[in-house]
Amino acid sequence: MKLPIFMDNHSTTRVDPRVVEAMLPYFTEHFGNAASRNHAFGWHAEAAVERAREQVAALIGGSGKEIVFTSGATESDNLAIKGAASFHAKRGKHIVTVETEHKAVLDTCKRLEREGWKVTYLKPAPDGLVTPEQVAEAVGPETTVVSVMLANNEIGVIQPIEAIGAAIKAKNKNTLFHCDAVQGVGKIPFDVEKAKVDLVSMSAHKMYGPKGVGALWVRRKPRVRIDPLIDGGGHERGMRSGTLAVPLIVGFGAAAEIARTEMAEEATRLRRLRDRLHQGISRRLEHVYVNGTMESRLPGNLNISFAFVEGESLLMALKDVAVSSGSACTSASLEPSYVLRALGIGEELAHTSIRFGIGRFNTEEEIDYVIDLVGQSVERLRELSPLWEMYQEGIDLSKIEWTNAH
Amino acid sequence: MAYSDKVIDHYENPRNVGSMDKNDESVGTGLVGAPACGDVMKLQIQVSAEGIIQDAKFKTFGCGSAIASSSLATEWVKGKTLDEAMAIKNTHIVEELNLPPVKIHCSVLAEDAIKAAIADYRQKTTKKNGASAG
Repeated sequence: MKLPIFMDNHSTTRVDPRVVEAMLPYFTEHFGNAASRNHAFGWHAEAAVERAREQVAALIGGSGKEIVFTSGATESDNLAIKGAASFHAKRGKHIVTVETEHKAVLDTCKRLEREGWKVTYLKPAPDGLVTPEQVAEAVGPETTVVSVMLANNEIGVIQPIEAIGAAIKAKNKNTLFHCDAVQGVGKIPFDVEKAKVDLVSMSAHKMYGPKGVGALWVRRKPRVRIDPLIDGGGHERGMRSGTLAVPLIVGFGAAAEIARTEMAEEATRLRRLRDRLHQGISRRLEHVYVNGTMESRLPGNLNISFAFVEGESLLMALKDVAVSSGSACTSASLEPSYVLRALGIGEELAHTSIRFGIGRFNTEEEIDYVIDLVGQSVERLRELSPLWEMYQEGIDLSKIEWTNAH
Repeated sequence: MAYSDKVIDHYENPRNVGSMDKNDESVGTGLVGAPACGDVMKLQIQVSAEGIIQDAKFKTFGCGSAIASSSLATEWVKGKTLDEAMAIKNTHIVEELNLPPVKIHCSVLAEDAIKAAIADYRQKTTKKNGASAG
């Protein structure tokens, strides 16, 4: 077993060697510009891009013609929401989204709010999920876009997207449904027809592809119109100008194809590893709490609060293991995870959370190593924790008047 | 974020971890911070009849820098008079541990913990002296 162990596969993933292999020729002999229509270099590049389009679309049950390649998921989210809002502003200036969405969605909505749009932010239940009824209730005649993610990047919970799509369309057939599917596609089955979505954001580097490339799937039947954010040579049917990053796109296609063919098998393996980690930790330690439902969750995700132990200090103890924390201390903002806060999880527990993201290259041996290290470290840090001591003495921590408020 | 070697050293080998009897009249206890903010420090001092801090203990819930700041604070107060210990400033801790700006609040909390422990001790002794006078 090699240290350090990478168990932060929601942040990014290692590029699959098969993907690297597929990309390499497009840096060297096949370096053409996919927009060059008059020579073999261009034709070769264009053919490779078209093949990748099909591979990416196949992963979500769409057509290659509906894929717009972007620089990544942040751009896809921006393009979907701003592009649809701008093109359809006459229909109404209302957007519906969820408090636990990725910042690429939330900050895009906040910008539109400053520009006069009204945005409804739905609060999920304590298990992390929103209901189709809840979404439908927020949709009105003026609602132009609804944006709900497929799977959450911190707690891995999977929203009931198909039921949500149906509920939105039943309420207002003109409302466009955008889904940030970045964490879910390639990990769990997702079909654009079943989900009744109009716009879907994806990213290559979350599915063992390269960083720097993503896609927005834009429905053609019935045709969904959006305004571009980037003007120029009219690439990607005018929705996203700019020379296509051919090697990255080829890698994205290869990664999508591998994900599609190996998804079922991989999900079973990851779920087994995740459950082993969960059980191992729970058997060893008391007062550990899983954040978000275990019933509807990405196979490789585990987000746990270790009561009485601050998250960043635990990360420091796990220095041979790359994981992340919802603790404020890991961000510049001094606020603990807004996702955990939206679930109604107290700040004191939000500060103690660790996100484990198990992926394709993790092994059972690594899981066992992590269980042991987490167990030891939490025990040591609890010995150091005045809160643990007070809890052991039977003191009710909620009754204490604490000194500073941040 | 990269930690300084001194923060890592205090985090991995914290000095003076533990608890003293908070009802002992020679012990002053400071409990500062809040779980909701991600930092709670408990710092205790044991003071001799001559007013010298003979021993110090701490327990901290917080990030590595918070643990290191309180560990360092217990080292520094030992052997000092109460007035000398009162003169320890958070900026000294920042300097010693090379804390980055985002971690300065950890040093502030450690200074607060020292002051709270001393205040607790002084309050106890004033009460005791008051009682014996009456």
